[in-house]
Order: sequence, then C-alpha cells, then structure tokens
Amino acid sequence: MSRQPLLQVRGLKKHFPLERKLFGGAGKTVHAVDGVDFDVLEGETLGVVGESGCGKSTTARLLMHLIDPTIGTIVFDGAPVENTRLSLRNYRRRVQMVFQDSYSSLNPRLTIEASIAFGPEVHGTPKKEALARTHDLLERVGLEPARFAERYPHELSGGQRQRVNIARALALQPKVIILDEAVSALDKSVEAQVLNLLLDLKEEFGLTYVFISHDLNVVQFVSDRVMVMYLGKIAELGRSETVFGNARHPYSTALLSSMPSIDPDNRTQHVPLAGDPPNPIDPPAGCRFHTRCAHAETVCSLTEPPLAQVEPDHQAACHMGVAGSGHSRAPEARTAAAAE
Amino acid sequence: MAQAVLPPGEIEVEAPVKAQGYWSTVWQRLRRDPVAIGAGTVLLLLFGMAIFAPWVAPADPLQGSMIDRLKPIGTEGYPLGADELGRDMLSRLIWGARFSLLMGVTPVVFAFFIGSTIGIIAGYAGGITNSVIMRTIDVFYAFPSVLLAVALSGALGAGFGNALLSLTVVFVPPIARIAESVTTQLRSRDFVEAARASGAGALTIIRVHVLGNVLGPIFVYATSLISVSMILASGLSFLGLGVRPPAAEWGLMLNTLRTAIYVQPWVAALPGVMIFATSISFNLLSDSLRSAMDIKT
Repeated sequence: MSRQPLLQVRGLKKHFPLERKLFGGAGKTVHAVDGVDFDVLEGETLGVVGESGCGKSTTARLLMHLIDPTIGTIVFDGAPVENTRLSLRNYRRRVQMVFQDSYSSLNPRLTIEASIAFGPEVHGTPKKEALARTHDLLERVGLEPARFAERYPHELSGGQRQRVNIARALALQPKVIILDEAVSALDKSVEAQVLNLLLDLKEEFGLTYVFISHDLNVVQFVSDRVMVMYLGKIAELGRSETVFGNARHPYSTALLSSMPSIDPDNRTQHVPLAGDPPNPIDPPAGCRFHTRCAHAETVCSLTEPPLAQVEPDHQAACHMGVAGSGHSRAPEARTAAAAE
Repeated sequence: MAQAVLPPGEIEVEAPVKAQGYWSTVWQRLRRDPVAIGAGTVLLLLFGMAIFAPWVAPADPLQGSMIDRLKPIGTEGYPLGADELGRDMLSRLIWGARFSLLMGVTPVVFAFFIGSTIGIIAGYAGGITNSVIMRTIDVFYAFPSVLLAVALSGALGAGFGNALLSLTVVFVPPIARIAESVTTQLRSRDFVEAARASGAGALTIIRVHVLGNVLGPIFVYATSLISVSMILASGLSFLGLGVRPPAAEWGLMLNTLRTAIYVQPWVAALPGVMIFATSISFNLLSDSLRSAMDIKT
C-alpha cells in the first residue's frame, strides 16, 4: 500500500486568543487544535471521532483553509497549500466541504440550482454549462431537477437539503470532500439513505472522504481508517478494524465501550468515562488524558506521549504502547512486538 | 398508496409544485395586511398630491391677500382657511408636500446607500477594519441627531441643499450600524463559509450571498427613518435653516403660523397634522413591511 498521501498534515495548530489584552502580554488562548500530524490517502475514508470540543470541526475548517492555522502545513497532492489567492482557489476546487447544519449552509434567498451553480460559475464555467452540471448532479443525488431545481431551501426537508449540500460540494469536481457531521442532524432512516448515497458517490467519482462525526457506529460503517482526537491532539490513528477491534489508547477504549449495542444482554453497565474533558484553555501537562485515565501513572502527568507506531498502520499516543516509556504496562524495550 | 416504488429522495415530505420567490411572498403578505394597505394609500395620495400640485392646487400658494388674512376653515374660496398673509392654506399644504416629502425621502435614500456600503464592508471585513470604521461612526453618536442636524446646517448655511446634506450625514451612522450588525450575523452563517470554501472572492460573496440577505432589514429600518427625517427637516425649516420663505414647506408653515395659534388654532395646526399623518403612515408601513418580511420556515 504505497499510495502517495493526497493530504499531508504536519504540525497543525490552531490557538484562538480569548481576551487579547490592550497593552502587552498575551491573553489566554484556547488550544483548539494543538499539533496534529496525519495523512489522508487517496480514495480512502478517514473517520475522525472524539467528544465535542476536541477540535474535530476546527480541524475541518483548517483543512478547508477557512481559518488560518497558527502554525503547521497542509500539503495537497505534493504541493503545499499556501495562503495566496491563486493557490487557495485551486485548492478549494479540489477540496470541498459539507456542513452539519443543512439549513444554515444554504442561502435562503437563492434557489437550489443557483446555490449549486455558484461554485462552478466562480471558477469560470459558463452559466449554461454550470446549470446543466447542476441538473445532472441533482439527478445524481436523488432530487429530480424538474421538481427541485427552482425551489428554495425552506421548501425542502433536512435530508433533501443535505443532498443539495452534497451536490454543491460535488459541483466543483473535487477529489476530497470533508464531511463535518454531515449526517448527524438527520433522523436515522434519512441518515442511512444519505450515507449510502455518499458511499455510491465515492465509488462513482473516485472521491476521498474526511468523515467527521461523533457517532461511532456511523464512523465504523464508512471509514477505512479512523482518527481519534482528544483535546486538540490525536489519541489514536489506524485502520478502522484495528482501532475498533484492538484500541491501544485508553481514551479510545473508553469511547468504544460507550457505543450502544443492539444486543439487550450486552448493555453498557458502567459509565466508561466520567466527567468532562479538561478545559482546552489550560490543557493538563503530560498526557492530556491522564486526568481521566484509569491507568494513569506518574510518567503520564510529566511527559507527553508521542504518537507512536504500535503495530503496522496503527499509531497511538499512550505511554503504555511505547517501549521504555517508564509506564509499568509499557512493553519492554526491544521486545515490543513479542509483548503483543 | 398509489405509487408503489419511490426513489429514495422522494420518501420525504412532498413540497408544493410551484416554487415561490421570497419577495413575491412578502408582497402577498403585505397585500393582506389592512394597516399596510391604509398607510400605503395615504402615502400614495400624498405623493400624488405633491407630484400633481400645479393641477391639484386650487390657487397660487404664493399669492397673498391682506383682507383675507387668517380666515377660518371653510371660508368661501379658502376651504382650509388662509394663513397670516392671506394665502390659501389648501394650496400651500399641497405645494408644501413637495418640499416636505423630498426632505423626508432624499436624505434617507442617500444615507441608505452610503450607510449600507460602509456597514456591509465593516461587517464583512470584521476585525480591525470593522473596529476602525465603527468607532469612527460612533463619534457621530456623541451628538443628539437634532443637534447634529442643526449644527451642520448652521455651519453650512441655510438653504435646501445644505439641509439635505446635513440630514444625510445624520442618518448615515444609524444605517451603517444596522448594516454592520446584520452583516456580521450573516458572515458566520455556514453558507457564507461554503461560498468562501468554493473559492469565491469577497466582492462576489457580498454581491451574491450577502446583499440579498441584508438589504431587506436595512430597508425596513430606513423606511422608519423617513418620518424622523421629515420631522427634522421641518424642524430645520422652523428654525430658518431649511427652506426659505415664501416657499411652502410644512415645517416652515408651522413656524410662521405659530403666532396665530390663539387667533386661528385650527388653521395653525394644519401643517402639523400633515406632518403627523405622513410620518405615522411611513412608520406603520415600515412596521408592516417588517412583519411581512419576517418569514420563518
């Protein structure tokens, strides 16, 4: 599997200043995304999960370059994305986004077709051609153009609007689509329809998805690889089967055990994770999870665990997975593989 | 259950077949509002009266008669009485509508364009640009609007054009502020983000996505300012800073007839009644427009 990563994210950070003091002195900052490195491979679906406030949506907006990163680089298809007009324009044709709120993400004063055709027109497609493509796309996402093209967003249901948003994202013929909680606001039956549509479209257009969600069942269903985020950092990253089957970070384990099961005999008996995540204004030193971790030891509050390879295609940021880290459960140095 | 098989997209709620634009919906709602109809009719009559003044007015508004000074309402040849120089009140009120409506509407129209531009730029740019523009605008708020208009007119000198100019200056800040706040709210909406994500430039986004959503609320606010503008303009004329005698203008007429209030109170009150009727019609219409445009679906 030596595909060149389509998106390479390195050392990406976003700090939001809270109260900028008038005279000197830096005010407090929210460490929304605090140094993440990951790749998105061509043709895959990368699921991103985590609690609310862990930086999932900020990561999405950074990937889309809707906000400037504090520091860090995004490399798309071998070329770094720079904050210049031309570079961004080209980048944004290749990477598109679907937002969570299907209503707020459509201009209430524009018809559906005008909303979808807007992107191509901005990129210089003649109006007629843009409209023709719009109608094709509407057809493709299951909305009959003759009936829906000239409607306004408020006349559509949530599922239909989200189909429109997907069509709009597709209108620029992108390679990557970032789905920021794109199905979370839909009710379950509609959610399933839209998910299936997304999977079909991926096949048909050869798309790559970054699928952000807090719904683990959905993520497990769609993702090839999964990235677990906690307080602005990556806790674990690996193939979907390995992360869901053999989680190495205690946070992932806790998160996964909170997944409701369909089997009534197998209901969740205990609260897997108590309390709220710590404040991202003042994240804990060392491992960010040590305040809530069942296996926390002294080393966890002192040094921050790196995102280390625990097995092929599987990384976790936990001292328990790093040989010689000083944690009592860490594998012996040299025999890391044997300990598994 | 006639349809056996439905494509997935159509299981959801059936929407009406014919789509309807936003403005046609607003228009329909406005047409069903009796208050809007009433106020609109009054305004239409007033504007018609002003436009067709030479044909509607029974007499020359400037031709006085020393014998007929301060005739009461209903006198032969003077249906609404005569003023302190014996000029026909009805004709003067009709001609006065020209100046008064012009002074009410023009400054607001100018301020609408200038203020909206400033406010939308400030709101869309955000950050430091916004702070600089809006704090500058705030300076004008240090003065009460009446005082500002009087001071500006006084400094520029009396006259119709200067009165218009000073009133425009008075109305730019409040309109800019409304435009700024509406635009700021809009900017954080996802569809503006989505437009940015599709690679569109700021001007394109403002033209396609911002204007259509902010002009409505600003327009409603501006209509409510027309009555204020009329009253301020009348005030300026009253103080001798606006239209000059012998021209007919309601504020000016109110001023010159002030001394006759004990002799002919009804005649003296007439210009005030006109100002009142016009401004209340504008206010009621703007209220109706506001509720008609408040479509939540």
